[in-house]
Amino acid sequence: MATTLQPYATTGQRIWFYTFRVLCGLIFFYLIFPILVVIPLSFNSQDFFTFTPEMLRLDPDGFSLKHYRDFFGENGDYSWLQAFGNSIKIAPLATLISVGLGTLAAIGLTQPHVPFKRQITALLISPMIVPLIITSAGMFFFYANIGLQGTFLGVVLAHAALGIPFVIITVTATLSGFDTSLTRAAANMGADPLTTFFRVQMPLILPGVISGGLFAFITSFDEVVVVLLVGSAGQKTLPWQMFIGLREQISPTILAVATILVAVSIGLLTTVEMLRRRSERLRGMSPS
Amino acid sequence: MAQDDRTAGGVMLAADGTPLKKSLDRALRAQKIRALALIAPLLIFILVSFVFPIGEMLLRSVQNTVGTDYIPDVLPNVVVELEEWDPASGEAPPEAVYRAMAIDFAIAFDNKLHTQLGRRFNYENPGMSSLFRKSGRPVTKLDPEGGNLKEAFLDIDKDWGRVDYWATIKANSGRYTINYFLAAFDAERTLDGIQLKSPDQRVYQKLLLRTLGLSLVITLCTLALGYPVAWLLADLPSRTSNLLLILVLLPFWTSLLVRTSAWKILLQEQGVINDIWIWLGFQDRLSLINNQLGVIIAMTHILLPFMVLPLYSVMKTIPPSYLRAAKSLGATNTVAFLRVYFPQTTPGIGAGGLLVFILAVGYFITPELVGGADGTFISNRIYYQFSASGNWGLAAALGTVMLLVVLVLYYIYDKLVGVDNVKLG
Repeated sequence: MATTLQPYATTGQRIWFYTFRVLCGLIFFYLIFPILVVIPLSFNSQDFFTFTPEMLRLDPDGFSLKHYRDFFGENGDYSWLQAFGNSIKIAPLATLISVGLGTLAAIGLTQPHVPFKRQITALLISPMIVPLIITSAGMFFFYANIGLQGTFLGVVLAHAALGIPFVIITVTATLSGFDTSLTRAAANMGADPLTTFFRVQMPLILPGVISGGLFAFITSFDEVVVVLLVGSAGQKTLPWQMFIGLREQISPTILAVATILVAVSIGLLTTVEMLRRRSERLRGMSPS
Repeated sequence: MAQDDRTAGGVMLAADGTPLKKSLDRALRAQKIRALALIAPLLIFILVSFVFPIGEMLLRSVQNTVGTDYIPDVLPNVVVELEEWDPASGEAPPEAVYRAMAIDFAIAFDNKLHTQLGRRFNYENPGMSSLFRKSGRPVTKLDPEGGNLKEAFLDIDKDWGRVDYWATIKANSGRYTINYFLAAFDAERTLDGIQLKSPDQRVYQKLLLRTLGLSLVITLCTLALGYPVAWLLADLPSRTSNLLLILVLLPFWTSLLVRTSAWKILLQEQGVINDIWIWLGFQDRLSLINNQLGVIIAMTHILLPFMVLPLYSVMKTIPPSYLRAAKSLGATNTVAFLRVYFPQTTPGIGAGGLLVFILAVGYFITPELVGGADGTFISNRIYYQFSASGNWGLAAALGTVMLLVVLVLYYIYDKLVGVDNVKLG
């Protein structure tokens, strides 16, 4: 009860209550500040990574869209835009593979009698647990042997494997709340398994499938180690470009890129939250 | 029921006349097969594109290869002749070994393998790379049929008479080797057998301990910061807590590189935090980046959601009436927390702590970008061995050690929490 204040609380309890609130406020600040601070910094008209005196005075001269123009290649350097294009091409394909195979497997895993269920689940979740450097080193040799190293397809397949745990986790979570008597009812009324799946089961688990897909998408969209080892110059993605930029000489265009990516993640988070609420509402409707 | 015509000799029969047990077994088998058929495509995909490549990579930690060839295939004659020779004798090998080397070396030279061979031996005995490189053309001019090849070799380079060099070659005459693992544990073969290197040369032990130590510090930091936040979220009315939860989920959804670059920008010498520090009236700028402190600050921030979310989901299930009951029975705030609330949150601490620790041990990007020299992790060393140094065997051996650590933790996680209980938002 340290976190709620009763009308009869003693002075000591009041002090503790407010100290606790302030402490939590500081932790929330620590969580959110680094992400938000890059947004105003990205409108800096100078090539600095800190607030200039002009910016602090809110002088319009201190702000500009210079870094965004650089991102879109106005200075003749299209590498950022190309990297963005590659990311946009690789992530959806990897997501499609993860979601397609992952959803099927999640449905299989939630059936009542699955032999070796625990072991299979542990194996399917392991790409999230195994350190990326090991995964990418293994894939480097493997793809080199079969001629996929440095190809677009190689990166897509590698990213698909990395996205699978997220699809499995979210879809099985949705399915665990799924009322199986619905599919039996559908079958009882003459629907074949495919119709049952697409007309009854799929609409109900769709929010979970889309959330899993968004997780898989962001996993691929944000991945750099596999691209470093399995990819080649033709598959430079946005994170790759950022990583190299940060390691060598850090260019202020990164601030603009970071802001764009924060906007993307806000969009994804909003979608996932809306889907989650919708899924909870749907589940509330079905008898439990 | 006993008089029912669906029993025959005490055996229950199904509607179609087959024994019920058999009929149920068949239905169960059909269910199992259907479930496995749904899982199979993904299982095959993961086995082929994930498990198999990792297994193959780990094999490299014991394969004794140069390029794609096994060393005994590159030096077939030398390997046979060296069997007779004992490095403990302290004397250079006999003439026959040099004759074998002249034959094998010439073939290796034609296949452009002699420099790779030198580099390969150099991992274990520095200096052998330059010996093999320098000896390239002169050795091919030797006549393997001629006499006194030992002296001819010594004329090319007197290092060909070094016992420890020949001992290294002899130690690598098998197709499989434990030498990479010896290197990964800072041991080496000496003329007196396998020994640990001198303490100041034990880099990998230090690196492994540092990786585990920093990961532990980061896990404790996420626990210290995550516990109060999760508690607050669990206690607030759900309308407010859902809003505040977004502050936890937004970092979770934000690109790892964005968060790392944000910290790099904030913590640098001319960055925002140092500017505020100076503005507050302090004289010296703080060195917050390219050291262990920078790694701890950035990684705690990045991994904090993985601690808050499992803690929150456990704390939400603890009825607030328990604490009220404890207090009405006379417990002070501290006692009520320690004896009633805290013990119920330990599953969340276990789940969050293990997850954060497992993820931290394998981190690569953040230590690479903000770690500097003393804040790097074992992953960074593996990447270096892999990309810059080209010592794939050592990279694989270090990878195997790290993978074992992670898998043991994963096993514990599965036993304590269950892999199907991982929560994502």
